[in-house]
Amino acid sequence: MDSFRTRCSKRRVRLRTASVARRKPPYVLLAAALAILASVTALAQGPTYQLGRSPSSEEIKARDIAISPDGKELPPGRGTAVEGAAIYTQKCAACHGPNATGSALHRGLVPLGNAKPVKIGFSLVPYATTVWDFINRAMPQTRPGSLTPDEVYAVTAYVLYRNDVIKETDVLDATSLPKVRMPNRNNFLPVQPEWNAKAKRPFGYYP
Amino acid sequence: MGSHSPSRRRQFLTGGVGLAGLVMAGVRSLRGQTAAPPQAAPKDLLAYGQPSPFDNTIRRAPGAGTALADTALMTPLQDLDGIITPSGLHFLMDHVKGIPDLDPKQHRLLLHGMVDRPLEFTLDELKRLPAVSRIHFLECNANSRPLRGANGESVQLIHGRTSCSEWTGVLLSVLLKECGVKKEASWIVAEGNENNKYTMSIPLPKAMDDTLVAYAQNGEPVRPHQGYPLRLVVPGWEAIRSVKWLTRIDVVDRPYMAWHESGNNADTRPDGKGLWFRFQLGPKSVITRPSGGQRLPGHGFCEITGLAWTGGGAVRKVEISTDGGRTYKEAELQQPVLRYAHTRFRFPWRWNGEEAVLQSRCTDERGEVQPTILEAAKNLGVAPEYFYDADHFNGIQPWRVTRDGLIQNALF
Repeated sequence: MDSFRTRCSKRRVRLRTASVARRKPPYVLLAAALAILASVTALAQGPTYQLGRSPSSEEIKARDIAISPDGKELPPGRGTAVEGAAIYTQKCAACHGPNATGSALHRGLVPLGNAKPVKIGFSLVPYATTVWDFINRAMPQTRPGSLTPDEVYAVTAYVLYRNDVIKETDVLDATSLPKVRMPNRNNFLPVQPEWNAKAKRPFGYYP
Repeated sequence: MGSHSPSRRRQFLTGGVGLAGLVMAGVRSLRGQTAAPPQAAPKDLLAYGQPSPFDNTIRRAPGAGTALADTALMTPLQDLDGIITPSGLHFLMDHVKGIPDLDPKQHRLLLHGMVDRPLEFTLDELKRLPAVSRIHFLECNANSRPLRGANGESVQLIHGRTSCSEWTGVLLSVLLKECGVKKEASWIVAEGNENNKYTMSIPLPKAMDDTLVAYAQNGEPVRPHQGYPLRLVVPGWEAIRSVKWLTRIDVVDRPYMAWHESGNNADTRPDGKGLWFRFQLGPKSVITRPSGGQRLPGHGFCEITGLAWTGGGAVRKVEISTDGGRTYKEAELQQPVLRYAHTRFRFPWRWNGEEAVLQSRCTDERGEVQPTILEAAKNLGVAPEYFYDADHFNGIQPWRVTRDGLIQNALF
């Protein structure tokens, strides 16, 4: 009984579809077919498994926040340590202390980075872009990502100024920031560029 | 072995589900999470099985007696058997100031950069792809600093920043091949979805080799503190590379020198040179029973057991010395011996009541041998004290057995 009813309703659906198809001009069908094809392409892009979605370039741009040492991804904007000091007092000093020397729970920013076990007396961080990137993505801790590019440039300038890396009036922007020479830049052993599964660990990198 | 004070966790749990729920809610709000936790049916103590109330196997923080303290919690290696760490006892280092509550339905993994086709995957889509399950250890690069803990005495506080799980997920190579990696690409930058948007650079050969995008740990969804709903597992490498709450893979042509790989996790040598990008962990082993802080119940037979692991692949052999390293005998390796996994070793021993110094030495499949602290210091041209606050220390751990059966750290 049930199966009979199901069969009947299926047939009704088929008939209705067929009659619609007969009445509509062919270009409507073509457009519909193209639309379906387009949506399928947008939803499934992986060549082997046909899974995953192709994001738009705007969507990628909105999420692509990582800054490389050459700074090619840096956004427009500018700031100086003078401007940064005001923002620091307002948004950073609560944790990092009025003089950027830290508190019981939060690290100081002078010197910058966690030089251990041998203290080097100056900033460990090799690239100024690293400072910009981390402030931009993670600070302030209560509202990470809330600083505007101008604010990030300014606070970066303030932190670098406090570390005697740049002058108080130096302007940091997408061009000048990657050119800032960090004091420890050339004091790292080279990054292992060509890691491979069979290579032994190079001497001197390890205990 | 060892005497324990009553477990605080058990005290909470005996207060009933309501109290346990209240405690959890309190923990959440203390972490400052704004997202509402997912609406799931409350799991009572039987719906999700609990250990015996007599058992007191918990993670501990150095200097603190409770597992509810955040930031750094160590695996109780001395209390565990076999090679799998229960997920709830997996070590935790909080680099990101709070554990996010991520809704798996909203979570996405975006792969882009130097690829032919950027792709974004939902968790459901990832689970449709061919999966692999692999048993791998993770080890924090700061594990095994010699004087960790109040007295530098327990294997948990010194060496408990390593754990071993069965991870299930999709090989990252499968996803990268779906995207089509361009010829000029040589690195990836992986990013997590939490407060810091924690970032790590990983060379492409490793990403294409055995790196795993894991959604399950020991058969169930990855625990929140381990990266729920998705984490990277980079086998054999310092665990700071295994990005939790994984949400983005940028295919690039250089390391990006993110904060946690350049400013925050580099070491300095006495000559001022910085040590960074030290991916692969060295061969290591430690006797977990008997170990620091325990007391032998009496003379006679006492099996020595412990764990060995290496970033060089599989453990080839573990040797045991009961005389402080003058002589060594080979221990039995418990099967299975898996690459980039904890390996359990056992050694029959009879304590005659005299003072003894027990230690283990690991040799891996590449022939690299675990050094003593003096050998490690000589290799690097430093004083042994250098390792008090250095990363990647894989020196041999000696435990002294006193005449009254107490086990003490004999490294210094």
